[in-house]
Amino acid sequence: MRSEILKIAALHLKPILLILSLIVLYRGHNEPGGGFVGGLLAGTAFVLHAMAFGVEQTKKLRLAKPFFLIALGLLFAVSSSMIAVLLGHELFMQGVWISIPLFGDAALKLGTPLLFDIGVYLVVAGMLMLVMLSIMEEDK
Amino acid sequence: MSLFIPVILPLVAIMLLLFSYRSVRLQQLISMVSMSYLLVHAAIILSKVVQDGPFALQAGGWPAPFGITFTADLFTAIMLLTTSVLALLVTIYSFGFIGETRKKAGFYVLIHGLVTGVNGSFLTGDIFNLYVWFEVMLISSFVLITLGAEKQQLRGAVKYVVLNLIGSVIFVTAIGLMYGQMGTLNMADIALKLRETEHTQLINSSLMLFFVAFGIKAALFPFFFWLPASYPTPPMAITAFFAGTLTKVGVYVIIRFYSLFVVSDQATWQVIILIIAGITMVSGVLMAASSYDIRKILSFHIISQIGYMIMGLGFATVIGLGGAIYFMVHNMLSKTATFLAGGLIYKFRGSYDLKEMGWIYKDKPLLAFLFLLPALSLAGIPPLPGFFGKLFLIYGGFEIGAWKITAVAIMVSIVTLFSMIKIWNEAIWKKIPDESQARAKNKLPGTSLWASIIMVALIVALGLSTGYLADYFFEAGRQLLDADLYIKTVLK
Repeated sequence: MRSEILKIAALHLKPILLILSLIVLYRGHNEPGGGFVGGLLAGTAFVLHAMAFGVEQTKKLRLAKPFFLIALGLLFAVSSSMIAVLLGHELFMQGVWISIPLFGDAALKLGTPLLFDIGVYLVVAGMLMLVMLSIMEEDK
Repeated sequence: MSLFIPVILPLVAIMLLLFSYRSVRLQQLISMVSMSYLLVHAAIILSKVVQDGPFALQAGGWPAPFGITFTADLFTAIMLLTTSVLALLVTIYSFGFIGETRKKAGFYVLIHGLVTGVNGSFLTGDIFNLYVWFEVMLISSFVLITLGAEKQQLRGAVKYVVLNLIGSVIFVTAIGLMYGQMGTLNMADIALKLRETEHTQLINSSLMLFFVAFGIKAALFPFFFWLPASYPTPPMAITAFFAGTLTKVGVYVIIRFYSLFVVSDQATWQVIILIIAGITMVSGVLMAASSYDIRKILSFHIISQIGYMIMGLGFATVIGLGGAIYFMVHNMLSKTATFLAGGLIYKFRGSYDLKEMGWIYKDKPLLAFLFLLPALSLAGIPPLPGFFGKLFLIYGGFEIGAWKITAVAIMVSIVTLFSMIKIWNEAIWKKIPDESQARAKNKLPGTSLWASIIMVALIVALGLSTGYLADYFFEAGRQLLDADLYIKTVLK
């Protein structure tokens, strides 16, 4: 039996959790947060969906492809270490930063650590989904 | 950059393998390419070290005591090359040996994960980074050992996981203590500070913790019981790679730490190490002599052989250390080869129990030789490498007058021969009483057979070329004894 209340709640909480996870991911470089926490939040969004609608429904979602997410995350993480090499710095794992000026003093600072964090985010989210979904599937 | 390739390339391979998780054939292709290149690259690193001496690279351009250093001296390079050979051959072997379900469940991903961890542990020059590589290695091995989830495997895995987690806890505790005392995690920096201060006794507490932690990984005397419980359970291809690499990483780290951090109280440490080496050798070989399962016999043997390596360290001379390194290389090859041959025997006869077997020599002579040569090498028959390894070690023992431990080593060698002959007699030579009795003669997978043949050929080649290669091993031992060289390489 599926609870209607949970279904409605999950439907609205999932996008909120995903957006929140992205915010946590971005602020992670200087403040509490980061890829790991963000990934956990993102994974939770899908686990919540699976609780409300069942694992079968969750597996049909476009983003819920655990293996693909993990592989993509590794791609981000590895490429973050290689960018400096490709730009000719010759040093492995050196940070490269670019700053995109926004309005006034504010600027969007992007760098390879963020890229690495995105990698961690994807791997953690994928891993959490993989583990939780296979446990929940077993349960039936 | 070159020192990071052995760690980065397997990671890239894991990524590609995960992207292609649906096609086993594609995964095999990717594994072949990445493992082959790792081998080539390890050879490049070795030739560079031989020509220009040890060198170091700093990750991210942070200078040595602050950033993470990757270092390669001759010992590291030899180990890297041997591991790459094993990884490539075990990968080829697994094509025909590992079942489709295990391949689909991520066998190739995990074996690459294991290689990442092993290579990282060899190369890193930072204690905490070493811990991280150990974890990478352990997590991969946890999953590999349970892959397939048979009841027996899970039973073995529980012991393996628990013991190794305890080992990790002790390891982190030791790192914490060391960091508290020395204020740095860089191995060269710690070694330098230890040589400059007078109160080095304080370091012994954390060194002992390190010794226990690595002793668990290396399966030394009081801590070895997880190994015979867990190693025989997964498929032979996995066990073969474990046998060749995991415990040797423990030995590698013990040797590295001893050469860098044992500054005062050397005599005490030598006695401790030699006693433990002796008991490890004897207890391993006695347990092997009393088992009747091929996998169990070979697993107990790993323990006994670890004793020899640690004994070479205990001598702490050029010949002792060089002999220990030679012995490690020989053991990684020969041990893996016996496991690979044991796996083929299992495929052929469908059983691991010696009492049920017999007459492989008549039905499949090639298989008999694939087992015989590495087994004789382990027992120490010339001109196979096991003989030279033991020769160097025993010579090293006589040189410093350590008669007792050397006598023990020679005795253990005889019992090793006995238990290898037992496998030979029971599985290969023994006549099956009733000739008309049906006996399994399964077809052997071609790739596995070839991997096994190449491995045996390598062992013979190593034995025959010992005269040319011995100097490199002794040079590696010399570099280990000269801690200043390591310090200078990292902190220049």
